[in-house]
Amino acid sequence: MNGDLTMSISRREFTRIGCRVIIGAAAGTAIIESIVKNSLASEDKKGEYDWNEHYWGFVVDTTKCIGCGRCANACKLENHVPFDEHLYRTWVERYRVLKKEEVKIDSPNGGIDGFTNDIPKEDIKKAFYVPKLCNHCDHPPCVQVCPVGATYLTEDGVVLIDYDYCIGCRYCIQGCPYGARYFLAEETPHHKPHSVLGGGVADKCTWCYHRITKGLLPACVQACPAGARIFGDLKDPDSAVNKILDKERINVLKPDLGTRPKAYYIGLDREVR
Amino acid sequence: MTEGLIWGYVYPNEAEVQWSILIVLYPYITGLVAGAFIASSLYHVFGKKEIKPVARFALLTALAFLLVATMPLVAHLGHPERGVQIMFTPHLTSAMSGFGYIYSFYLIVVVLEIWLSFREDIVKKALSSRGLKELLYSGLALFSYDISERALHEDEKLARRLAIIGIPSAAFLHGYVGFIFGGIKANPWWSTPLMPIIFLMSAIVSGIALLILLYIVAMKIRRHAIDHSCLYSLAQYLWVFLIFDVVLELLEVVSMKYESLEEIEIINILLSEKIATTFYGVQLTLGIFVPFVLLLLVGIMKNHDTLKTIMIAVSSTLVVIGVFAMRWNVVIGGQEISKSLSGTLTYVPVFFGMEGVLPAVVIFTIPFIILLVLTYILPPWKDMEEATE
Repeated sequence: MNGDLTMSISRREFTRIGCRVIIGAAAGTAIIESIVKNSLASEDKKGEYDWNEHYWGFVVDTTKCIGCGRCANACKLENHVPFDEHLYRTWVERYRVLKKEEVKIDSPNGGIDGFTNDIPKEDIKKAFYVPKLCNHCDHPPCVQVCPVGATYLTEDGVVLIDYDYCIGCRYCIQGCPYGARYFLAEETPHHKPHSVLGGGVADKCTWCYHRITKGLLPACVQACPAGARIFGDLKDPDSAVNKILDKERINVLKPDLGTRPKAYYIGLDREVR
Repeated sequence: MTEGLIWGYVYPNEAEVQWSILIVLYPYITGLVAGAFIASSLYHVFGKKEIKPVARFALLTALAFLLVATMPLVAHLGHPERGVQIMFTPHLTSAMSGFGYIYSFYLIVVVLEIWLSFREDIVKKALSSRGLKELLYSGLALFSYDISERALHEDEKLARRLAIIGIPSAAFLHGYVGFIFGGIKANPWWSTPLMPIIFLMSAIVSGIALLILLYIVAMKIRRHAIDHSCLYSLAQYLWVFLIFDVVLELLEVVSMKYESLEEIEIINILLSEKIATTFYGVQLTLGIFVPFVLLLLVGIMKNHDTLKTIMIAVSSTLVVIGVFAMRWNVVIGGQEISKSLSGTLTYVPVFFGMEGVLPAVVIFTIPFIILLVLTYILPPWKDMEEATE
């Protein structure tokens, strides 16, 4: 029976299938390679990450965001942020300027589930989405106010938290002008509550430090289907971020507070804070 | 549940109020400490003889409250077992990192001050008692029994010097608590350089008012006459400090409204909707205006000692409540506005649980128990009662 089936493939057919496989394999590899290459934040040699060689930056192009919320979803998945809590390392805000000069802002579940049209189209003058995340400020007020130094600015410009050192006073949450920090009480791979006392620590976006130090992009950047999130090395003149910073007019959130954010925004409206 | 408590837009991470009633209690308690200490310094440093009856009692009160000042903080920490890191590895750019040191330093000053001012009594007790009691007081006297006139004179000199150090440290302890809030640029309701001095003034009024109440209650319990010259003098200081307090508190709000910066809309909503009752009603009207008028009347009225005592007692009660409202309005009020400046949220205190009303009440009753024990070991009644004997 089996023999019959093999035998029934003619030489011509065999050649055709063979060619398809070879072409497919070659094209597939090329496609995958290009995907991987595009999703690289840097090209360090394996296992040789040197934080003195990088200084990370983030661009949010609000004109491209479609409010699908995939970024916020990918972030929670990647970073083990509890889905059933109002805790977000990144979220998407929707701004709707109504014809009666009122501004409606919302971010239901951080935008993870998308947005619903609860205002008639004809009442809306303009609308846009603004993705938010930790700005990894160069003068981070959260780092300034931490009483034990559990949160710190790395040499490559990322603000991180030492979960084993944080005392959970929440001063940093109060100090952050952007609402980027939250209190994590649940057990995650990053944080294990005390066996008797329970308790929690401060938590926030790390720009997926575990990924970028391996040359990968942050999960939200990779998940964005619209190219609204751009990540790169400010020390590399050819990086995706620098290409934008060199030619676009950009702004940062709450510049008057002197925090010097490294999340740069294109198309920031005056209503956005 | 949180949805109905939110108005406008708040950042998604802001759905929960981070600093609860325990953090309201913390500045309240340290304020009482600072105020009581400064009241005692009126005698110890500035030699106001009329305050003498309550001077040592005020020190014991300060200590009783100081001993619990850390409790609400530690209970609130996410990792209380790591809290001591604030002492070992302080991050000095943080206003909060100084707490352990300032607190410890102040504790030492207060304990030394108490020891020096009670040393004569302690030594006398040690010499006149037997058994366990002798051991206790000998221990408290550090087995040094010199109460010659020269030694006591030295004590007094040292106590005065300590109190001189004590005033700035009391002011620093509490002014610094104000800076914890005042230095947060992210929060427009907190961020003002006036905050430390507002905290200090309200601390002094709350401390003096508490001292007045405790004095009246202690005298009632001990069925002893109240020294009216002492009481009126305290009431007068309370009145003066109330003026400083109200001027600063109004200055803050008036300048915010006058300058009308970006955040004014949300501040107006905070003041007119979120904390209208506790701010205008309790903090300003009941807590400052009514006692101000009552104490003014006390100053003008002649005779009518009983009525005046009642008026002072009522004023002090209102001040103590008003200052609690002030702490509430700062700590909770500041968190009820979103940093997006586009929305508000509402803090609903829970009763049970680590950060509930119950632990707050329990923590607040402990200093009174400590005070009872302290006055049992080191009775301050002699000064309070000899003037009216």
